[in-house]
Amino acid sequence: MKPFAVYVHWPFCARKCPYCDFNSHVRDRYDDMRWARGIARELRAVAELQGPDRPAVHSIFFGGGTPSLMSGAAAAHVLDAIAETWTVSDDAEITLEANPNSVERGRFQDYRAAGVNRISIGVQALNDQDLRELGRLHSAEDAKAAIRLAAGIFPRVSFDLIYARPRQTLEQWSAELEEALSFGTEHLSLYQLTIEPGTAYATLHRQGRLILPEEDLAAVMFETTQNVCARAGLPPYEISNHARPGAESRHNLTYWHYDDYAGVGPGAHGRITSGERRLATQAERLPEKWLSAVEETGSSLAQTEIRTEEAAEEHLLMAVRLTEWLDLTAYRTRWGFEPSRQAIRRLEQQGLLTLENDQLAATAAGRLVLNSIIRELAALEPVAA
Amino acid sequence: MTDLAHIRNFSIVAHIDHGKSTLADRLIQFTGGLSQREMKDQVLDSMDIERERGITIKAQTVRLNYKAHNGETYVLNLMDTPGHVDFAYEVSRCLAACEGALLVVDASQGVEAQTLANVYQAIDAGLEIVPILNKIDLPSAEPDRIKQQIEDVIGLDASDAVAISAKTGLNIEAVLEAVVMRLPPPKGVEDAPLKALLIDSWYDAYLGVVVLVRVVDGELKKGAKIRMMAANAVYQVERVGVFRPKQEMVERLGPGEVGFLTAAIKLVADTQIGDTITDERKGATEALPGFKALQQVVFCGLFPIDAAEFEQLREALGRLHLNDASFTYEMETSAALGFGFRCGFLGLLHLEIIRERLDREFNIDLITTAPSVIYRIHLTDGSVKELHNPADMPDPVRIDHIEEPWIKATILVPDEHLGSVLKLCEDRRGRQVELTYAGARAMVVYHLPLNEVVFDFYDRLKSVSRGYASFDYHIEGYEEGELVKMSILVNNEPVDALSMIVHRNRAEMRGRGMCEKLKDLIPRHLFQIPVQAAIGGKVIARETIKALRKDVTAKCYGGDISRKRKLLDKQKEGKKKMRQFGSVDIPQEAFIAALKMDAD
Repeated sequence: MKPFAVYVHWPFCARKCPYCDFNSHVRDRYDDMRWARGIARELRAVAELQGPDRPAVHSIFFGGGTPSLMSGAAAAHVLDAIAETWTVSDDAEITLEANPNSVERGRFQDYRAAGVNRISIGVQALNDQDLRELGRLHSAEDAKAAIRLAAGIFPRVSFDLIYARPRQTLEQWSAELEEALSFGTEHLSLYQLTIEPGTAYATLHRQGRLILPEEDLAAVMFETTQNVCARAGLPPYEISNHARPGAESRHNLTYWHYDDYAGVGPGAHGRITSGERRLATQAERLPEKWLSAVEETGSSLAQTEIRTEEAAEEHLLMAVRLTEWLDLTAYRTRWGFEPSRQAIRRLEQQGLLTLENDQLAATAAGRLVLNSIIRELAALEPVAA
Repeated sequence: MTDLAHIRNFSIVAHIDHGKSTLADRLIQFTGGLSQREMKDQVLDSMDIERERGITIKAQTVRLNYKAHNGETYVLNLMDTPGHVDFAYEVSRCLAACEGALLVVDASQGVEAQTLANVYQAIDAGLEIVPILNKIDLPSAEPDRIKQQIEDVIGLDASDAVAISAKTGLNIEAVLEAVVMRLPPPKGVEDAPLKALLIDSWYDAYLGVVVLVRVVDGELKKGAKIRMMAANAVYQVERVGVFRPKQEMVERLGPGEVGFLTAAIKLVADTQIGDTITDERKGATEALPGFKALQQVVFCGLFPIDAAEFEQLREALGRLHLNDASFTYEMETSAALGFGFRCGFLGLLHLEIIRERLDREFNIDLITTAPSVIYRIHLTDGSVKELHNPADMPDPVRIDHIEEPWIKATILVPDEHLGSVLKLCEDRRGRQVELTYAGARAMVVYHLPLNEVVFDFYDRLKSVSRGYASFDYHIEGYEEGELVKMSILVNNEPVDALSMIVHRNRAEMRGRGMCEKLKDLIPRHLFQIPVQAAIGGKVIARETIKALRKDVTAKCYGGDISRKRKLLDKQKEGKKKMRQFGSVDIPQEAFIAALKMDAD
């Protein structure tokens, strides 16, 4: 059976962070059970698109927004709905993103009781000043407490950090990274701060009031991160994700392998197979509009069919993010297209790609300039008959 | 036909923005040439580009009927002339068709270099000049000071200057009275062979080629057979008419009258501005004075970014040429840019106008190569070759010496910016001819090599004088110069579209400037790219574009896939705006931007 994952988007946040361009909204009060019921309805709509011959679920992910604002009961309601709609495999990975604030830490036990077996904590920084600047509502102490608490409750724990922050030096980041590794978590997501359009940071950046590390320093920080984590037994398996071998996030791999996933909740995207067709689904972004659509019609999803060549392109641009090899033989069979051979040869000569036994991967140098590599590879060619 | 005593032919001389077109609008409105509903701003500037830039490119005329205070009705022919030095010859032909001119001066800005050049031209053409002080309604207006300036700088009696506001319509009637009372009527002989001046011509979708004429002697009749004396071509007149400003057909035009004719002329290129039109039989033996064939002074290559658009470019140039025969184009092949056209223009503004029209009216993305002037290459075998394109430079061993065109530039600049203007002229190899003061302004006359002016001199002049300097020039002649061809190599490959002819003393500075600019203009690639300037085999400047260090998206999950793919598609589009040289992508704008010098 093909791997299949379910992504649930919880659109609410206690506060909007200035760097974040995810679909998140601040609302004073809402009935989280009502939203959970809406999500359950939209799940069934996805299942209908898939038809009767549905794959089993091997991963569920609550993302946001801030899913740790949900009550345990709301999370349980969604999980029950998933189990009613699909077969959920026994070893399914069930992840919830959580903030480290005390209130949210208080719900960890409830989530575990509802079936969540992996938690991903939004730590972002390990010092209070930077946390304040990033617009976070928790302290470094909160973060550490959350990590320790989670380790006792959940079988699997991961946390996120943002680096290459304004004015951050290489030394500061190295020290912070060492501290992060000292918790012994099996998985870390380490993102370089990126200025996304439409965010508060984008405005500051445009006005010259947000000075980020230069390209060269950012590159060194990236390389250092890769090396330090690898030495600590958490090698990168994707551009920004590190794990003890075997502890990779199954959910994230679904995206990067370009397998099927349902996306429900405001603004969520999905990629599903419906008969012979590959569909992209997108849920309504605005929470209130989403809720009324779901309550009135059962779904807010807009669907578009993805042409084979587009799908092949999507697969490529996700797959090369992984350190694992991309099997070109399988890729050709799956899509009937292949990346430009000429580009592969050129990139190989430049030391940015490795090709062995018809398997492709970016080199360490290549991973730093992956977007440029993708641009060149994405000149797809139909496989000669 | 109107008797000569009741005709006045006049044009308006003004600097850009001093209100020439607005005054023309008011005169048309006042005399009832158009109803209120039909009026829009700058009626006579029919092209979008003319309205937007506030410049007139094509000459236009309008016939106005005006009942003067003395009770008599006059026919006034207003000629709207092109207002830029690039079109100096067209201006001169317009002026030759008039007996008088209104000199419009902004009552706060005062006389500018361009005004000066045009008014001297009008005076030289024997025109009677009536000074008009415009924008008198502005609080900053200083009519007395400007009157004094007109007297000091131009040497015209300004005591009777008419103070107006074209914008508010103040004193428009006084302008019309001055036209009638102060400008002389035309002279001409009715029963003489036809002599008419060809002022301008253009292509009209309904009428074909329309020829604007001023009859000097004789009469121009519908159905008559006419001869263009310089072109030596014969046509039968199909229509004769006048613009009010709408077309109105008439049977004939007599001496002193201005109007148009159509005669089944296929191409605007068949009509030459300044030509004399006469009767085919028993025509005039002597043409009107002042005819010159048009001379292109600035040349550049135009190449489609997308090689597949070459045919579209050819067609677009052909269509534009229908209406503007004053630019030339011929096919050119560049090793770097493929197929394109080498085009000749009357000046830089003219070049820009054509380029902009190609982009705007035909939607063709272009690469414009470095503008060049015409060099005269004297070869060792005694022959002389005209060089329009640096790529065609002969082997240096075959060259005896090279000559380049020089101009005489007149610059008016407020005292406080004089130093920077003098420095700019000196840096551009200028030789000072004259430096005089009029009030707080200096008038500087310089001899300058045209190739130092052709690209960005005007921009630099505006920038060093904070926009206060005004500039005008005409070509003086050729002088020998120590000129060399400088090549630019990107990733060790010469890019012919970037090569240029420079003076030896300026080569290193220009080369360094070009390399520095290209370093910023060419995006980082996955590999390091050397950029060099060289004369012959000798590298005179070098920069290195460092390899791209980091270009990777930090976060990319399920929701981002569609966005990333769209971004990828957009980047593929963006790549189309680049031109590939070997393995290096050079953005379209780099070709011109690389030539701009920030400071000398």
